[in-house]
Amino acid sequence: MDERTFGFRTRALHAGTPPDGETGARALPLHLSTSFVFDSTEHAAELFALRTYGNIYTRIGNPTVAAFEEKLASLEGGLGAVATASGLSAQLIAILSLAQNGDHLVASANLYGGTITQFGVTLRRMGIETTFVPGSDLDAVRGALRDNTKAVFTETIGNPKGNVADLAALAEIAHGAGVPLIVDNTFATPYLCRPIEHGADIITHSATKFIGGHGTVLGGAIVESGTFPWAAGKHPLLATPSPGYHGLNFAETFGEYAFVQRARVEVLRDVGASISPMNAWLLVQGLETLGLRMPQHVANAHAVATFLRGREEVAWVSYADLPDSPDRALAARYLPLGSGAVFAFGLHGGRDAGRAFIESLELWSHLANVGDAKSLVIHPASTTHQQLSDDELLAAGVGPEMVRLSVGLEDVEDLIWDLERGLAAAKRSAEVRA
Amino acid sequence: MILQTAAERRALLDRSKTVAMVGASSNHSRPSYFVFSFLRTRGKLDVAPINPTLSEIDGVRGYPTLAAYAAERGAPDIVDVFRKPDDAPQVAREAIAAGAKAIWFQYGVINDEAIRLADEAGLDVVVDRCLKVESARFDGGLALGGVNTGLLTAKRRIR
Repeated sequence: MDERTFGFRTRALHAGTPPDGETGARALPLHLSTSFVFDSTEHAAELFALRTYGNIYTRIGNPTVAAFEEKLASLEGGLGAVATASGLSAQLIAILSLAQNGDHLVASANLYGGTITQFGVTLRRMGIETTFVPGSDLDAVRGALRDNTKAVFTETIGNPKGNVADLAALAEIAHGAGVPLIVDNTFATPYLCRPIEHGADIITHSATKFIGGHGTVLGGAIVESGTFPWAAGKHPLLATPSPGYHGLNFAETFGEYAFVQRARVEVLRDVGASISPMNAWLLVQGLETLGLRMPQHVANAHAVATFLRGREEVAWVSYADLPDSPDRALAARYLPLGSGAVFAFGLHGGRDAGRAFIESLELWSHLANVGDAKSLVIHPASTTHQQLSDDELLAAGVGPEMVRLSVGLEDVEDLIWDLERGLAAAKRSAEVRA
Repeated sequence: MILQTAAERRALLDRSKTVAMVGASSNHSRPSYFVFSFLRTRGKLDVAPINPTLSEIDGVRGYPTLAAYAAERGAPDIVDVFRKPDDAPQVAREAIAAGAKAIWFQYGVINDEAIRLADEAGLDVVVDRCLKVESARFDGGLALGGVNTGLLTAKRRIR
């Protein structure tokens, strides 16, 4: 074994999935088993006390799930990963692994609406308060930090507007305050951006999206860098004796593995939002071709954004790869292979035009998901972001005229043909109203 | 030689048979007990505690000093160090005197003088790594924890 650094597509196929040691099976075996037998009572005791490695119960770990975790950790350049039932449970478990009642977070305001609700309502009810700040306003991020702040949170590519975070600057601000930068990398995927390379410490994913790639199963994951100094003083949950493990100090005992260990054996164990091995198996099939699918998603998205930019029915297009995008420089730095395939645009004619547009589309599926192989369309103000107050909508940059696209892998000429039909309907709707 | 790569650590573990653990503890919440118990129950490396206050841990006979270990058992392949960084140079001197082939400084046991002493005496040196984690990385245990082992292969290996 030499120290060769293998390429992305090689790791997507091989990391975490060697041939099965028992059977020689070349494809990843699907271990649909809730539990695993112990060799002896001593072996069981050693496993439960975390003194040896092995399988106990699928809520905490499973060989098929572990293969997915290792593959994703390898692709992100992280130390390890913990898979979860969904992207939202990945975020919850990441936060609960480092914060508790009385603590505070700083998060970008330009996030998925479900995340704003999770942080602003559910976590707040649990005593963890979040200050939302415009992600592009670094001074505002700095100013929002408090003594009890435990992490800074952002998305690589914001949902729904496709804005790009200044990861290195945010990491520097977070580290200056002794806290980690958590980055949700769902829209970029590790193919387009690996935030750990830019200073991020913890990555979350909704694997439901591009990682799965086919709109079949839910899943999430947390990846950690292994380089954050958890014992430096700001995170007693990781560096003081835990009553959940008879006095175990995770940082002292597990060193660089402290975060991934605590996230799994204490927080995932107690929250219980575990991924099904079946889902993990399907997500591994998705990861194998991520490096082939993403370039085509990006190429199609670029062509669709360029088409929309040139249409009179369209008020604005928020795609960071367009030459006049305010995020162009950030995209060039952090997303050199393309700014993903999810972005938003605004129609002249507001809400009615948006409705006419979506209802007249034939190929684009109207649904609340992104990252499918099929092209998707939604009107955020009435769906994904409808729980947000007017002020939160405004802060998240979601207007009534906004339409979000997730550009799929169809022949792009067909996608544009369909959009032309939608734009014509939107225009007719605006003319009728006038 | 200071071992920097995973391949070097794997080769060290493959060629080693005995471990003398300086600072081994019988306290079940101490990191050294985690490593001791892992090595003992896994059985690939013959581990013995070095601690003047303990005659044995879990039935494994202990020795008060590295010199006492070496006098009876011969030179240890690896001296595994769970001590304060300030104590590390003295442990390095004792490991050199005991003829140890390698010295392994656990998480946080970082002392430049100790590293230099051992390196200049010709010992293999591992710094700020865990013997348990690295052993498990190469025999498959760590992979069950969703950890990036860095191992890619299309060959079948029995775990």
